[in-house]
Amino acid sequence: MKIHEYQGKEIFRKYGVPTPKGILALSPNEAEAAAKHLGTPVVVVKAQIHAGGRGKGGGVKLAKSPAEAKDLAKQMLGMKLKTIQTGPEGQTVHKVYIEEGLAIGQELYLGVTLDRATSRITFMASREGGVEIEEVAEKHPEKILREAVDPAVGFTDFQGRKLAFGLGLTGPTVNKFVQFCSSLYKMFIDTDASLVEINPLVILKDGGVVALDAKVNFDENALYRHKDLLEYRDLAEEEPRETQAKEWDLAYIALDGNIGCMVNGAGLAMATMDTIKLVGGTPANFLDVGGGASKEKVTAAFKLILADPAVKAVLVNIFGGIMKCDVIAEGIIAAAKEVQLKVPLVVRLEGTNVEKGKELLRNSGLAITPADNLRQAAEKAVAAIK
Amino acid sequence: MSILVNENTKVVCQGITGSAGSFHAKQMLEYGTKLVAGVTPGKGGTDFEGKVPVYNTVADAVKQAGANTSVIFVPPPFAADSIMEAADAGISLIITITEGIPVNDMVRAKRYLQGKPGVRLIGPNCPGVITPGAKCKIGIMPGHIHKPGRIGVVSRSGTLTYEAVHQLTQLGLGQSTAVGIGGDPVNGTDFVDVLKLFNADPETDAVIMIGEIGGDAEERGAEYVAREFTKPIAGFIAGQSAPPGKRMGHAGAIISGGKGTATEKMKAMEAAGFLMAASPAELGTTLQEALKRGAPKKR
Repeated sequence: MKIHEYQGKEIFRKYGVPTPKGILALSPNEAEAAAKHLGTPVVVVKAQIHAGGRGKGGGVKLAKSPAEAKDLAKQMLGMKLKTIQTGPEGQTVHKVYIEEGLAIGQELYLGVTLDRATSRITFMASREGGVEIEEVAEKHPEKILREAVDPAVGFTDFQGRKLAFGLGLTGPTVNKFVQFCSSLYKMFIDTDASLVEINPLVILKDGGVVALDAKVNFDENALYRHKDLLEYRDLAEEEPRETQAKEWDLAYIALDGNIGCMVNGAGLAMATMDTIKLVGGTPANFLDVGGGASKEKVTAAFKLILADPAVKAVLVNIFGGIMKCDVIAEGIIAAAKEVQLKVPLVVRLEGTNVEKGKELLRNSGLAITPADNLRQAAEKAVAAIK
Repeated sequence: MSILVNENTKVVCQGITGSAGSFHAKQMLEYGTKLVAGVTPGKGGTDFEGKVPVYNTVADAVKQAGANTSVIFVPPPFAADSIMEAADAGISLIITITEGIPVNDMVRAKRYLQGKPGVRLIGPNCPGVITPGAKCKIGIMPGHIHKPGRIGVVSRSGTLTYEAVHQLTQLGLGQSTAVGIGGDPVNGTDFVDVLKLFNADPETDAVIMIGEIGGDAEERGAEYVAREFTKPIAGFIAGQSAPPGKRMGHAGAIISGGKGTATEKMKAMEAAGFLMAASPAELGTTLQEALKRGAPKKR
């Protein structure tokens, strides 16, 4: 689960991770009042969307007066902000965050996430803060320092010092940085975060260490034990159909093609999309109905797929391993009747009781095109559109 | 012979009285798996289907029923604890089917396992392991699509593994062992581990490895194959059509050093000597081709 920068900083402050002072604003007037209240000669107006790369996209700007902050907020609120992470359509800005201006000495990068290769939470730090960190990782991997945390011990001070000296920090800043990292690790573990990224982390002219940005994601599998974090969820930032899918425990990702897909299992779902592409079609979505797809779930999945006006045909590919094909067929038939399916439906069933399942589909009175294997299913779906 | 499981595998099912656990325990028994015990804390002393004794702890199941392998169906909040319990009890192979275990729980469980040499974890979030020739099915895969034989199957995905097995069986190519390693970011056994086992198994003639986009497990598997693997090998990567727009955060991309796309994985595997299936409809036929072509040449 993703949250906004201002929410991430709120959590940082609870754990003693230093951040600049800031106030959320939902209107230009609120932005002006916030800037006045902060009282610094310069304030920063930051668009709040769930995507990085905001600076380059025009979503982070300096204001030298409360009036200017108001103007900038007026420009940003309601605009479609396009960044390298939003995709070409951009994301609408509903909130801006007004932050005090600080005397910045140096910009650094700090990230914390799981390293799959070692199965350890890993700190990554670089002197190249505020820029495209992926570029640094690709061209100069040696410029990124890493410290893997032993979960039995936690983040140690010496690891903090290794990073600090590696970054070239000196004097009292070293210990401030160590403290910063320790607090951040505690927050990461306590909240079951999956990613914390601070780009930039700044060293102030007075030697202080402050998180100027905060990108925080949480492990969805652990949210059951963090009811308080659920309040941070912002539905306006999520694709509505993906939100709907979550309610049914379906994994759904909207794509820009016209063949709706319903598959069991993520790997097979991707493989089905791949096959559609290979035979000249384009998938409208990724949809994994999961292992225990009930009739209700299949119906919900159909509704989801058909809510996309671009869908011109639906391809169902179910490998009924433990689930029996006749049960799945009943679900498909009931769902197709309930949603009054108007587009061609191609169904490929395989596995337990496959003959019974196929017979049910044949006798359903519905115009269902059966397919015997993956390739044939994709070809029939593509042909149905032409 | 086979890898991981055989005729001597005695299984304890953790979470045997839950809905998933009891359903699949029944299926495993029907297939012929030696399911010797179940564990549900608080239900010790009862039995499952009148056949399988249920114990309060895995330690009891080991001591009293001689279990040496565990399959876990315990719900996600308690699953990591169950993995550690099995390791503590002296179980040498722990197969975790449970999907949705919090990452931090798995990080701790894996650290715990590092102090237990000789213990292997498969999964979590995987279909399990099956050796058709030994009538040993441990997991949730449909038994009837499998056939005893000499092809090794290893995959990160569930139903796509079934697809591969089904295609192989239809071509008359039986399987020595099929292993699902699971799709979670923290798992116990990776491609390299399983490939090493297949390489050393005299009853496995060729292997098909099925990967997915994300992470770098396939690239590491490919490095191993280029270095040491001596048998014909076919491969496939799911997610070739996945759009790059849905990207993870910066840190995720960095940690894998920019690796993770389907194209890069396929390139790495091809260079290592895999024969790659262009489409998932050609998994079986590609393996057949690989068998004809023979083992990859060493660099």
